[in-house]
Amino acid sequence: MRAPSIISIENVSKSYASGVRALEPIDLEIRKGEIFALLGPNGAGKTTLINIICGIVTASGGRVTADGHDIVRDFRAARMKIGLVPQELTTDSFETVWATVSFSRGLFGRAPNAPYLTGLLRDLSLSAKRDSRIMELSGGMKRRVMIAKALSHEPGILFLDEPTAGVDVELRRDMWNLVRGLRERGVTIILTTHYIAEAEEMADRVGVINKGSLVLVEEKAALMRKFGKKKLTLHLQTPLAHIPVELAPWRVELKDRGLALECTLDGGSNVGIPLLLRKMSELSIPIKDLETHQSSLEDIFVSLVSERAPRVRT
Amino acid sequence: MSPARIEFNGYGVWAIYKFEVARALRTLVQSLVTPVITTSLYFVVFGAAIGSRMTAVSGVSYGAFIVPGLIMLALFTESLSNASFGIFFPKFIGTIYELLSAPISYVEIVIAYVGAAASKSVVLGVIILVTASLFVPISIVHPLLMAAFLVLTAVNFSLLGFTLGLWAKGWEQLQLIPTLVVTPLTFLGGAFYSIDMLPPAWRAFSLFNPVVYLISGFRWCFYGTADVNIYLSFAMTAAFFVACLAVVGWIFKTGYRLKN
Repeated sequence: MRAPSIISIENVSKSYASGVRALEPIDLEIRKGEIFALLGPNGAGKTTLINIICGIVTASGGRVTADGHDIVRDFRAARMKIGLVPQELTTDSFETVWATVSFSRGLFGRAPNAPYLTGLLRDLSLSAKRDSRIMELSGGMKRRVMIAKALSHEPGILFLDEPTAGVDVELRRDMWNLVRGLRERGVTIILTTHYIAEAEEMADRVGVINKGSLVLVEEKAALMRKFGKKKLTLHLQTPLAHIPVELAPWRVELKDRGLALECTLDGGSNVGIPLLLRKMSELSIPIKDLETHQSSLEDIFVSLVSERAPRVRT
Repeated sequence: MSPARIEFNGYGVWAIYKFEVARALRTLVQSLVTPVITTSLYFVVFGAAIGSRMTAVSGVSYGAFIVPGLIMLALFTESLSNASFGIFFPKFIGTIYELLSAPISYVEIVIAYVGAAASKSVVLGVIILVTASLFVPISIVHPLLMAAFLVLTAVNFSLLGFTLGLWAKGWEQLQLIPTLVVTPLTFLGGAFYSIDMLPPAWRAFSLFNPVVYLISGFRWCFYGTADVNIYLSFAMTAAFFVACLAVVGWIFKTGYRLKN
């Protein structure tokens, strides 16, 4: 059953005063409890879209609701539901971890709750740094503080803008564990990342933005099925001069000076492979080795961004 | 459409207020000791060294005469720098994102920042007053009005400072108004003299300086004598307040230099 929508973006666009059109009109529904990955090259409009939803940038047109609250008309209720971890590490260096997290909770209109904040710092491995000034922390620790600030008011929706950029392996692993934990608690997570492997591993759905347009929104699994290609390479013992007509249905190609046969199957399907192998055996074409390659989300992303580049309006 | 509700993010306002006061406490030397030392130096130079050779002004000894002006001078400078820095710094380092994404209205943001800056200035004003009383005998004829004047002026210049902090794109611009406008106006506004001591042409010219009305009104609260009509002083203070509010309101309404 499809989960109800928690963020609804209708016809949202953004043009800057300079005339730069950052976002073409976008429609998007984020479902409650999902992890939604927003992918796109640098400057595609990912951060602009996130900043519009969070109230940092004013949209030129359209409407956004968060948990049913209009982000402009009913901004208090909408913003109380949302936590944001921005891309840049911006912190008040002279504050202690505890003070800055308490500040964020208060700023978002929540009454003090020391047990909750203590638990939050523990989950983010920040307990030992509770009374340290932020300037004394490493980059990775500062990133954790940013996450703690975003979660300090117990939001139901969390935006993570490039959360793992410049983060070491250990922190990245911790961060994804945290994201999984949050999802289990019912928090909806929208993230942008350029580590496409992470989106592939974590996300339920994927949206691709390119040049300000939402090129595609798809269930990750469906996307892999639809756009994922399986490539089968058969290495032969003796070179073939030409492709036998019997193999025509599989649309194979000769590679490696006749020493390899390559066959591309759409949608990750492999139904044709056993038949192909049987036919080759009947034709007495000896096979030395075989390998398969399934395209990753990264391959899909690159092909989407290069092939479906929308017309740029000026 | 949701029904109109009267909402106030009290926790948010308190969080900002506390943050700003904590900033002042962290930099106690800069925010408190420096102005006190500066004021004491003024007393040594103008009160003791020069003042002893001067006759009384409007029936008040020169050392006592300059006290209200000195408090005002400190109030202007500190309110401006405190409030402008308070909002400029988050813009400069990028932490403004949190303020912009928080469920807090522009009015609440102004209350918190301006309230914190004004509180600090009022405390400073009182400390300078106490310091001054160690040097010269001070009488306060209208203590309640003096307190009201102190608070209003602190709020006014904090509002002006907040506007400045919103407007400034860099450190240079942040210093521009205090250095080029406020300090000269204060020195020419009768902090150290009565404008009656000026030649008639300069006196007439001084009446275009709004600071004259603030210092004169504040001095009236102390000694009951003023360069200009006291009602005019109050009217100018009120007009200043409304003008600052209007500018801040306009800035927030347009998102000018805060939001794209």
